[in-house]
Amino acid sequence: MTPRETPPETTAVTLRACAKTFPDGTRALRPIDLEVTGGETVVFLGPSGCGKTTLLRLIAGLERPDPGGRVLFNGEDVTARPIEKRNVGMVFQSYALFPNMTVRDNIAYGLKVRRVARAEIDARVTEMMDMMHIGDLAARRVDQLSGGQRQRVALARAIAVRPRVLLLDEPLTALDALLRERLRVEIDGLLRRLGITAIYVTHDQAEAMALGDRIVVMSHGAIAQIGPPREIYHRPVNAFVADFIGTINRVPCAGSDGDPELVFRPEDADIVAPHEADFSGTVTAAFFLGDRTRLILAGPGETPVVLDTRERTAFDHGQSVAVRVRPDVRMDLAAMAEAGTAP
Amino acid sequence: MRKPVTFTLQLAFTLLVCAFLLVPVILSMLAGVTANFFQGLGSGLTLRWIGEVWGLYADTIFLSLLIAGSCLIVTLVIGVPAAYVLARQGGRLARIIEETIVLPIAVPGLAIALALIVTYGGIREFRISWAFILVGHVLYTLPFMVRSVLAVLSSIRFRELEEGAASLGASFWQRLWTVVLPNARPGILAGSLMVVTLSVGEFNLTWMLHTPMTKTLPVGLADSYASMRLEVASAYTLVFFIMIMPLLAAMQMLGRERRVRQPQNTSTRP
Amino acid sequence: MHGRDYPRLFVLFLPLALVFTAFFLVPMARVAVVGATGEDGLAAYLSILTTPRHFESMVATVVLSVGVTATALAVSTVAGLFLVRNRFPGRSLLVSLLTFPLAFPGVVIGFLVILLAGRQGLIGSVSDLLIGDRIVFAYSMAGLFVGYLYFSIPRVILTVMATAEKIDPALEEAARSLGAPGWRVVKDVLLPALKPGFVASGAICFATAMGAFGTAFTLATNIDVLPMTIYTEFTLNANIAGAASLSIVLGLITWAALFVARSLSGTTVAVSG
Repeated sequence: MTPRETPPETTAVTLRACAKTFPDGTRALRPIDLEVTGGETVVFLGPSGCGKTTLLRLIAGLERPDPGGRVLFNGEDVTARPIEKRNVGMVFQSYALFPNMTVRDNIAYGLKVRRVARAEIDARVTEMMDMMHIGDLAARRVDQLSGGQRQRVALARAIAVRPRVLLLDEPLTALDALLRERLRVEIDGLLRRLGITAIYVTHDQAEAMALGDRIVVMSHGAIAQIGPPREIYHRPVNAFVADFIGTINRVPCAGSDGDPELVFRPEDADIVAPHEADFSGTVTAAFFLGDRTRLILAGPGETPVVLDTRERTAFDHGQSVAVRVRPDVRMDLAAMAEAGTAP
Repeated sequence: MRKPVTFTLQLAFTLLVCAFLLVPVILSMLAGVTANFFQGLGSGLTLRWIGEVWGLYADTIFLSLLIAGSCLIVTLVIGVPAAYVLARQGGRLARIIEETIVLPIAVPGLAIALALIVTYGGIREFRISWAFILVGHVLYTLPFMVRSVLAVLSSIRFRELEEGAASLGASFWQRLWTVVLPNARPGILAGSLMVVTLSVGEFNLTWMLHTPMTKTLPVGLADSYASMRLEVASAYTLVFFIMIMPLLAAMQMLGRERRVRQPQNTSTRP
Repeated sequence: MHGRDYPRLFVLFLPLALVFTAFFLVPMARVAVVGATGEDGLAAYLSILTTPRHFESMVATVVLSVGVTATALAVSTVAGLFLVRNRFPGRSLLVSLLTFPLAFPGVVIGFLVILLAGRQGLIGSVSDLLIGDRIVFAYSMAGLFVGYLYFSIPRVILTVMATAEKIDPALEEAARSLGAPGWRVVKDVLLPALKPGFVASGAICFATAMGAFGTAFTLATNIDVLPMTIYTEFTLNANIAGAASLSIVLGLITWAALFVARSLSGTTVAVSG
């Protein structure tokens, strides 16, 4: 990892040997080291129970790491500081909007607690509501808002205090697919505009790829891989990462270079004439998706092969298909792990 | 992150509240087996008072058990089917009916007893039988049975289960017997425990409805508090505690089980 | 299968409807009529205001009930919140101990007060040892207060804990993430979130205290709370109309309080005492 320069007025977050064991003995995190550059958006991605939320809560100050672990903001040790003293903004999965306050009071709350002058509070809250396009909801009660509106209020509330770091814990999980996509675009725009250091937790790989400058893929309380979305997608260090981000096929096949298996993404193979093929399979299912057709093939291996093709022809069940994997995009999991992209 | 001082203070306060509730109970239990309460435990432990209570009041214990058992049967037979009907119908009318059925909890027992005496007190055979008390107990405990069953039914989407059973060819009565009732069991169980516990301890109604020949346990207790020495009254109270403790414990266990089960049902998020 | 089921549903509901009508609706209507058949006619329903003895008893009962409710709310909130927000060994035992007196009848609670503060009671013995004077208050307003508090605390704790458990822990974390110190979290987030629980348990507590008969009966105090007044009118003065009208009024008060509680929270807790 090349250390980047921290832009002025942003906060770099550093984790040193942060492990977390809960009182009941569950080991949520193995010792983790991580550098988040100021102004960067980092996404923690992983299946449920992988420790990504615990890691976020360590940075927030809602949990303390096991002895020996340290959390640094711009080099300053904040490990012992509780969340209320860390000046972070946090967006919760359940939004956690205060039901006893209006939208305006929710957004103003952090400023009120900080004893900011009333006029300034009003100005800042109005600015936030305009930025999030919720100006006309100011006097509403929380229970009168839709899911997407709640999400916007939660974001406005978190950034109103001008936090050093913005922490988002699965902020879109509770929304339906269409809204999720729209808010994803909005959050992306917001983060770029604010230039704030942001850490975003999700189990949705599309969200991670869209938002993250870098993605931290986690598994069983440890980091499996860190890197920009492209690198994670095209050069996963192991089968777990490859499987979790997108679909991969592993076909046992005596390839030209003597590899025991071919590893490739569904879109990285073509249907070719039999004599050019790496292997062939029988169509067991074909799904026409508009821009492409997804084929499920009974191939040479035990697991079915998934293939995306842009061919316009229809495919019949039982039809034999010859497949060639584009040589330049073949994955070699073993070599990648050795090359040391893994932490 | 927890401040130890406030933690200790709150713990001490909670323990104090607990002591307030517990000390008198322990006191009464001890008094019931102490030879002479005024002299203290030094006077020795004895089962004499319990024996005396048995001689004087055994019939009240049996009558209370008889009434509680009968009350349970009646509330099961009339309350559970009614709860099912209310759960199925839903809507405003069902809400109003439910509101009416729970009235006997809201209206003081004294008023209900008065109403029963004014209306049926003239029917002598009825007035002097234990069935008169049973009627009062049924009215008072019925809301708990209905509510308890209704709560479970409205939490399990029993209509879908029933429609599923119907699609498989089950008739109305088969569905009721094989799908609805088994799934309502936690509610029926909780309701039954509540009915028996409340019936055994009911005093407000019973005091007005009883006759010298139909004394229940709490009526006997009030009698002993007024006219017996402290040790006998305590021993009698001890007998009462022994009777209801298992019921209370069962209710708490049932409640805990439900609380443990709930989160697993709802939380599917990472 | 909808329409065809109506006759069956009717049959299933009929037994309860018959029992309830015969033994509750009809008698209550009857007693309401009886209440107006005394010497004063319909004015009997105003006797609670016009007869000084009744009015005093009413005021005493309301004051006692409000006092008990306020105290029980304060005590139970501190203890209940503590139990919900902390995990420590012995916690579930504490919860059990705090809620098990829920089903104790009022008479028994009266007797417990006698053991605590009566002539041979614990407090008297201790004070005798310490200051050479037996403190006895079981048979006064204070004794009633202690007894009512005894049956109120478990009810209120249960409701407070149930409400507190439902509060999203993220609310508190959100307030802290915005910089709120502990006391502000309690004031701005926790107490407002507990408000429905306060209203509900407060109303239950008030209604229970208003209608409590057993405790007062056992303590045989010289304070006439409303249920005791009704009992006295009925048994000693044989004033059936008076007793009837008073019980209707009392019933309306407790029902109204509980109706408020239920429409705000939807809980059912035994009212006996």
